[in-house]
Amino acid sequence: MSKTSKHTAMLGLPYYAWAIVFIIVPLFMVVYYGLTDKTGAFTLANIMAIAHPAHSKALWTSLVLSLESTAVCLLLAYPLCMILARSGKSSNSFLVLFLIVPMWMNFLLRTYAWQSILEKTGIINTFLTALHLPTQHLINTKGGIILGMVYDFLPFMILPIYNALAKIDKNVIHAAHDLGANDLQTFLRIILPLSMPGVISGITMVFIPGMTTFVISSLLGGGKILLIGNVIEQEFTLAYDWNMGSGLSLVLLVFIIINIVIQMLTDKDGEGVM
Amino acid sequence: MKALKRFYVGLIFVFMYSPIVLLFIQSFNQSKSRGHWGGFTLQWYAQLLDDESILEALRNSILLAVLSAAIAVVLGTAACVAMQKMKAKNRAVVMGITNIPMLNADIVTGVALMLLFLTIRIERGFGTVLLAHITFNIPYVILNVMPRFRELNPHIYEAALDLGATPVYAFFKTVLPEIMPGVGSGALMAFTMSLDDFIITHFTTGSGTQTLSTKIYSEVKMGIKPEIYALSSVIFVTVLVLLILVNRVQYRLDRQRLEAE
Repeated sequence: MSKTSKHTAMLGLPYYAWAIVFIIVPLFMVVYYGLTDKTGAFTLANIMAIAHPAHSKALWTSLVLSLESTAVCLLLAYPLCMILARSGKSSNSFLVLFLIVPMWMNFLLRTYAWQSILEKTGIINTFLTALHLPTQHLINTKGGIILGMVYDFLPFMILPIYNALAKIDKNVIHAAHDLGANDLQTFLRIILPLSMPGVISGITMVFIPGMTTFVISSLLGGGKILLIGNVIEQEFTLAYDWNMGSGLSLVLLVFIIINIVIQMLTDKDGEGVM
Repeated sequence: MKALKRFYVGLIFVFMYSPIVLLFIQSFNQSKSRGHWGGFTLQWYAQLLDDESILEALRNSILLAVLSAAIAVVLGTAACVAMQKMKAKNRAVVMGITNIPMLNADIVTGVALMLLFLTIRIERGFGTVLLAHITFNIPYVILNVMPRFRELNPHIYEAALDLGATPVYAFFKTVLPEIMPGVGSGALMAFTMSLDDFIITHFTTGSGTQTLSTKIYSEVKMGIKPEIYALSSVIFVTVLVLLILVNRVQYRLDRQRLEAE
């Protein structure tokens, strides 16, 4: 190895050190606190606490709501990406910008704004009343939380699917048509399979934030619907029980690790999640 | 069919942007209650300038976004340069670790960093939040910069060295301009993520330091002050205008360069 390439290799050291101290070590802290009690003795009680009815109910609600909003995101995003990827005009950077721009309005405020759209005297119900239709109960429901999740996480579904679709060689599609495939056959046998890595990436990117959020449920669920994120947040900021909070976080980590494994298996070119 | 497609794209657009339009309108609403239009006013914008606690939160948020993005760009870009010379296996390990903050749940990242700061007894405040933001920003920089290196022609850098340039000079003259678009988009993403973050900040800040996000969260239960709507509208428009200006300048420079050639 020449002298300059040794110097080059050293440029990475600050980041590697950073990653060890602020990415790896903190995760081990969660494991340590999760597996010990207040005196520091080993215990599984913090993890077993997930079996407590209130906790397991919160975990189940989180799973269901997150799965439902992931499905809605997929159903909304896929047609959009098909339209954008095949129009040819819109470039990737335009789409990224379109999705990033809303983030300059604070995330909590954007979610909070849905309150004024959904609430009893909100925009939707005012509209319904004007049309002499019965008002709907929208806020503080599971549906409200799902809407918030879809709104906040839709960009994470759109980007990977768009990237996968845009990458498909047009000639492959032309070839399918030339060989006599109709639009539906081309879609089912060419486009859909080739876009699967993007779809799976999108699903993993939406599912975890949805399952672990505590903000959306407290803004749009009216504090009545507890998600596992709310339980963990309260253990840390209200009960000051770091061991219990860490134990429940370890349960979440199991889901996250499954998610990462799925992501890695499908992302064979190692291009990362974007 | 074409009309249907346009309608669908438009629908998603409305879905994504209607809360923003609503907040914008709200910031000019004389009535404090959200449901009623009490007439047009600029009073929230005026009162904003006197509200020391909001301005303090704004200062913290902007300082955090700028500092964390800048530090993440330097550390992340340097790491990308170093990784070019790395064995594929080692590089995969580093990239795997880099992906952790992006794939991990924000609540776990926040809790983990909180436990770290508590254990090593650093008092939580601006400093700890900055460390946390740099940590989740570096991956955005790396994932934006790395692909640029794949398109880079290494022979140009070597040619510069053969012609007598020092490695540092050759890097700034041949490599940096080529990877600059990646660095730029990485910096923009890092800035945006920092500005928009609530969860990780929530766990890593102390009682003394508020960002806009934590301030908004603490106000939600009692009702958000209209001044916050005014401020958020100002931030939104400012960032938008800045980005358009940067794009314009970039476009002009590119054209001038093309014409010069």
